[in-house]
Amino acid sequence: MNFSEVFKQSNQLCKVSPDGKYLATCVQYRLVVRDVGTLQILQLYTCLDQISHMDWSSDSLFILCAMYKRGLVQVWSLEQPDWHCKIDEGSIGLVSSRWSPDGRHILNTTEFHLRVTVWSLCTKAVSYIKYPKACQKGIDFSRDGCYMALAERRDCKDFVSVFVCDDWHLLRHFETETQDLAGLEWSPNGCVLAVWDSCLEYKVLLYSLDGRLLSTYSAYEWSLGVKSVTWSPSSQFLAIGSYDEKVRILNHITWKKITQFEHPATISNTKAVVYKEVVKRPAVGSDDLSLHNITIGTTLFNTQSKYEICPTPVQLPVVKPDPDRANPKIGVSTVAFSSDSRYLATKNDNMANVVWVWDMQKMSLEAVLEQTSAVRCLQWDPRRPRLAVCTGNTKLYLWSPAGCVSVQVPTEGGFQVQSLNWHCSGDSLILLGKEQLCLCYMDHDQEDK
Amino acid sequence: MRESSSVKDIRSSSVECRPSPMRQFSQSSLPLNRNYMLSDFCKEHNVQECRSHINQEVSSLGLQPVWTEASGSSEMNIIAVLNCMYDLIQLHHRGLRTLENMEVEQLKTSSNVDFLQLNATHLKEQLELSKRENTGLLERERQLQLKVKTLQNSLKNEKEEVQKLQNIISSRASQYNHEMKRKEREFNKLKERLNQLLVDKKEKKQAIDVLNSIGRADGKRSLWKTVKTEAKHEGEMYKTLLSDYDTRQRELLLENAELKKVLQQMKKDMVSILSSRKNALKEDKHQDAGIQADAEEEEEVFDSSKESVELYCDQAREKLTNNIRLQWRRLKSHVERLDSQASLAQRGENKNSDAVARETHEDEMDGLKLEIQQCKDFIQTQQHLLQQQLSSPCDEETASLLSDCFMLQEKERFREEWKSLEEQRKIFERERRNFTEAAIRLSHERKAFEDDRALFLKHQFLSLSPFADTNKPQMTKSKSAFLISKTEASAETAPENLIKCRSGTTSPILRCVQLTPPPTDDLHRTFCLMPDKRSTKPKRKIDHGEESRISLNGNIPVQRKQWNDSEDQNSHSHPKEKTSSI
Repeated sequence: MNFSEVFKQSNQLCKVSPDGKYLATCVQYRLVVRDVGTLQILQLYTCLDQISHMDWSSDSLFILCAMYKRGLVQVWSLEQPDWHCKIDEGSIGLVSSRWSPDGRHILNTTEFHLRVTVWSLCTKAVSYIKYPKACQKGIDFSRDGCYMALAERRDCKDFVSVFVCDDWHLLRHFETETQDLAGLEWSPNGCVLAVWDSCLEYKVLLYSLDGRLLSTYSAYEWSLGVKSVTWSPSSQFLAIGSYDEKVRILNHITWKKITQFEHPATISNTKAVVYKEVVKRPAVGSDDLSLHNITIGTTLFNTQSKYEICPTPVQLPVVKPDPDRANPKIGVSTVAFSSDSRYLATKNDNMANVVWVWDMQKMSLEAVLEQTSAVRCLQWDPRRPRLAVCTGNTKLYLWSPAGCVSVQVPTEGGFQVQSLNWHCSGDSLILLGKEQLCLCYMDHDQEDK
Repeated sequence: MRESSSVKDIRSSSVECRPSPMRQFSQSSLPLNRNYMLSDFCKEHNVQECRSHINQEVSSLGLQPVWTEASGSSEMNIIAVLNCMYDLIQLHHRGLRTLENMEVEQLKTSSNVDFLQLNATHLKEQLELSKRENTGLLERERQLQLKVKTLQNSLKNEKEEVQKLQNIISSRASQYNHEMKRKEREFNKLKERLNQLLVDKKEKKQAIDVLNSIGRADGKRSLWKTVKTEAKHEGEMYKTLLSDYDTRQRELLLENAELKKVLQQMKKDMVSILSSRKNALKEDKHQDAGIQADAEEEEEVFDSSKESVELYCDQAREKLTNNIRLQWRRLKSHVERLDSQASLAQRGENKNSDAVARETHEDEMDGLKLEIQQCKDFIQTQQHLLQQQLSSPCDEETASLLSDCFMLQEKERFREEWKSLEEQRKIFERERRNFTEAAIRLSHERKAFEDDRALFLKHQFLSLSPFADTNKPQMTKSKSAFLISKTEASAETAPENLIKCRSGTTSPILRCVQLTPPPTDDLHRTFCLMPDKRSTKPKRKIDHGEESRISLNGNIPVQRKQWNDSEDQNSHSHPKEKTSSI
């Protein structure tokens, strides 16, 4: 494994183009495009204000930079550096901006979710979609880019509109049986739309592309419900993480529950491997423990850490949430399938230090990673069953069925990994710190082991 | 009964008070018996009275009177007296015995009474205790009942509370929902208003500023929205849905086929197992008519199921599953029976196995030992025979065989020697030839020399004469020298020629290999590109795969060079050969 040098970045805005050739990063009001291979700067664009959002078009030809405070969107072309496009939403405000799947339209959501403005870069035409709902995930495009599902709220009722992205033709418009729709997501094959209610009610609805209600699923009533919903890449499973610290897996034929994965504080499953991160601090003499040394120590002494396999049963650290506060830190908030749908990684919020990996073939717990600090981000390799985890310290953690490793990021100045992103080839990882970023190149022989 | 009671009376009276003379007597008789003291009952003057008195007493006791009036004499009938005395003594003894018995009895009864009294007190205590306990329990029961009542009350209260709270919650929820809706409506109104205001406001409008608009990603022009496009969209949607269902159906079909295969396999296995069982049963002749019928039915089931596997309709499926279920049940019962039999058999074995096994084991062991001994003997005799054979002059057959062996070896050795000798001969031959050639040459030279000398002499002779020619002998000399050197060169080139021939034979192979380079060449070219790319990457570690590739890259040019060299060599060697041949 190898690491590049560190580059500046702000707002954690750093994205690799969909074709995997370019790396765009934002530094204050500048947009820097580099070659992923050489990391040479190819283009440098200057925006009108500090960039708050940046995104690549699907064909990797254009980059969108949104400045929400100013209600501005600037688009840059990689092929023609002097081409420019500026969209001003005016005093209506801007809270979200995104590309349409064809890379020729920009969808801007205005402040207060008054409407969604669709700007065409081809014809400069503007169209509006009224009544978008302000929720967790109100817009989703199907994987093939043909359809867009939009959550709407009219007359205190939830609706879903399905648009054809080609010409923004409204294909279907139907009311959903939800109290307060919280999100929607297309299945990867684009034929089923999963819609879930807000956390006050456990309700997941499955609609066909043509608006028929296929099934309704509710595990329990009264207590807080759905926290996260994820489709498996094969569209075969729908994983629902909820506030009762369980993940329920629905199948794609009967839409009934196949199994449920619980997240107990004591792991007694003997087949699961429990990896515990153990930190070894370098031995420091008592006279060295002056303030001076301690302040330097954080940067100078890199604490070594390694994984130890604990024999079951294992007691995991649990934080009891405050019941009086809203959005209690409990329940499964992260559910992620590996690219081959073989493994499922989950994180339970009241055990923030623990990542759970489940085997979807055996429908059982495969591994548990107990970290020393709270897990910030976890992401699967887009090519291999390999999970990257970061916990906001100077280390990168990787899990694969072969084992688990912790890698120190060898940069000076205490690079703390806040977030990470895989390159689409799975050969490298982009590690994002608070103000910096760094690329991590994977060894090829690792996959053979 | 009465007697005993009278006796008792007597005794009791004798014990308690003794007013009667009889008692006095009995009392006096006792000390009399013990101490032999004479009483002053009878004296000289009152014999008569005493006699009558005793007579009376004795008759009252039911004895024969001691003295009878009939006899009329004052003389006492001694026999009668003695008899009477004896009777009296007997009576007295009996009385004493009964007294003792009575005393023992009395003791017993008194102890009995004591025991009973004690028992009674115990029981009384127990009764008291249980009574107390009972009252305690009753009290507790009462308390518990009271508690239950209070709990029931509180439960009712709680239930009411819950109901109340639920009502409150629901009312609040409805109120909240209502409020929410109201707020949302208001919010919507506000949004609408804001929208209107923003649309109306002219100063800062939404705007797009594009340098020059770009083409669509697919290169097509956008179409007008018409009914046609709508229909097209619908069609496409249904197409995608249909294709999805299609793939799903195909997957299911595949899965079904797989499952059916498994089912069929299972059925086949079951049929085989069950049929074997059937046969076994038949052989055992344990089967009755019922089982026979069963078996027939089974057969029918198998046949029908065989058909139904191919069918797809619901009825067939039902039949199939039913058949499978039936068979499975049979198999299960069969296995269970086998299991029980096996366990029974095992148990039986366990019982007998020890005794039987040991015996058989011992027998077996003995047999095996015997066999081993036999084998050992056999081996020994064989060894012995072999040694004998080796030591003694063996018979002709083996001798010839051995000699053949030796002969063969010898032959081989001779052949080898022959070969080496042959080679040596060849070498000698070559040398001889060289020698002969050399001799020939020598003779030639000598001849030439002779000639030269003759010539020289002639010249000398002639030089004495006025004619002189110096050039001629020099020329001839040089000619001869050239001749010698040339022959030498040819001799030298001979082995070289051989080597070249060898290289010539290898060259075709190399040429064959040379046919392959183009693809490797391509590879090389592609690889050449890759390291270029990598090398530009900063700080990138070369992983093993790449290393190996690079080493390959390294190898390929080297190999190529080698090939080139060999090619060159070949190309060079050919002219050489040519020159040499020339």
